[in-house]
Amino acid sequence: MSAVRASAAGAPPEPRHGIRIAVLWAILTIAGVPLVVFVLGPHLPPFDGNSVQANDQHDVNVTLLALAVPVAALIWVYFGYAVIVFRQRGQDIVDGPPIIGTPRLQLTWLIVTAVMVLGLATYGTADLLGRAAGAGGGEGPNPLVEAPAGAHPLQVQVIGQQWLWTFRYPSYGGVETPELVLPRNRWVEFHVTSLDVVHSFWAVELGIKADAVPGSDNVAFGDPIKVEKFQVRCSELCGLWHGHMNTRGQVMTQTGFASWIARQQVKYAGVTKYLPPYNHIYYPKPLRRAG
Amino acid sequence: VLRRALLVGATCVVLVGLVLAYLFAFLTAAPAALSATVQNGSAHLTLETVPTYGHSPDPDWVSYLALDSSGHWRHTTIYKVPAHTLVTVTVYQFDTATGLRNPFLAKVMGTQGDLATMNGKAMSVLNPDDASHTFTIPDLGVSVPLPGISSTAKNPCGSSPCPLSNDHNTITFSFMAPGPGTYRWQCFVPCGAGFILGNGGPMQTIGWMDGLIEVT
Repeated sequence: MSAVRASAAGAPPEPRHGIRIAVLWAILTIAGVPLVVFVLGPHLPPFDGNSVQANDQHDVNVTLLALAVPVAALIWVYFGYAVIVFRQRGQDIVDGPPIIGTPRLQLTWLIVTAVMVLGLATYGTADLLGRAAGAGGGEGPNPLVEAPAGAHPLQVQVIGQQWLWTFRYPSYGGVETPELVLPRNRWVEFHVTSLDVVHSFWAVELGIKADAVPGSDNVAFGDPIKVEKFQVRCSELCGLWHGHMNTRGQVMTQTGFASWIARQQVKYAGVTKYLPPYNHIYYPKPLRRAG
Repeated sequence: VLRRALLVGATCVVLVGLVLAYLFAFLTAAPAALSATVQNGSAHLTLETVPTYGHSPDPDWVSYLALDSSGHWRHTTIYKVPAHTLVTVTVYQFDTATGLRNPFLAKVMGTQGDLATMNGKAMSVLNPDDASHTFTIPDLGVSVPLPGISSTAKNPCGSSPCPLSNDHNTITFSFMAPGPGTYRWQCFVPCGAGFILGNGGPMQTIGWMDGLIEVT
């Protein structure tokens, strides 16, 4: 690409298109990467600081976007350059020069793209097994990555049904509540399931998501580190009121959580006695009037 | 050529218009809203749940009905209530029990004192197996289980509207309407008989076991 192309007799020599494109690409990349990292990055969800998992996802999002800048810049620069410089001018429509295979270019392209894809796959896999700390549920009851040894996570069962989320705390008498409250700085082990169709539990600001599948126990982990409210949504199209299947969650201090859960145990004592014994698969039997 | 082009163009316009009209009608189809009656600063809604609607388009479907100010039962589940007002709801419940899939919803929640009355007696929680339907507004935290009539009732209702001479339970509860907005409500008992998991048909259709509370 960078070689000076032989020009027709009498015509001026072709400029070094490859060098021009490389220079433009380098300028855009040098300008774009810091913009993405330092200007756009802080505004990318999930916002930094809410949980260990949200922090990791935020860093991954910024890293991947920064890595995408040079790729996008090359495509845009080449496209723009070709449209402007290689434009057919004049009235006559003539065929372009024949395309001849260039093994060096093709090999370079193959190596660069292979390195990029394999590098990203390695980065993603290492992150999933390491820093992501089991936030991305979907591995069923025996996830590859669990909370750190000795963390003693708080178990919370997340129950989806058309169209409501409820949450059960087995270590507090199996009390079930309509809101999700979590203690700060304590690992949480979510056991996500459904009573009817497939839903998807998504604690948005905490960066935790796991499918809720009837008859399945889908485990995900979280470690909230900031006291704040967060949204819980369903991210799997699940029927008429799917768009309304939202609720609020809250991260409290450990003292606040202890006080809150004690109040819930009193408030819902009357109905707790009717709940089935705690089980990771929350699927009542017999299935009454099941069509 | 011009004539043919005009003909093709006009046909396309008509076809696109028909598709758009169908989509518009489909997306905007909803039962008419029914306003709560307001007396002495509080609003009242009178509803009934019937085991089978008894009329087209789906005579076999279970449904809610609402009483309008002229004393006629209307087939609608969209109710208008004034903001920041105490809303008292009376439900005449004519259906038999199906049972709750999630027993947690057997508790009366979000009403005045977290209580309802069933045939004049206070009720805070129901045996989940005895629930026939619920009236639940999730965004307001309001949920009331509605006990079913006996499966051996001697005088059950056939089709709507059900007269009070048929076997029924009367459930009453009150809740405070919030600020203006639209809030969905639904039944949480899987009462859509004949559908997968009991959650299809009337459970997925506004006007039957789902509706809206329009707070104005």
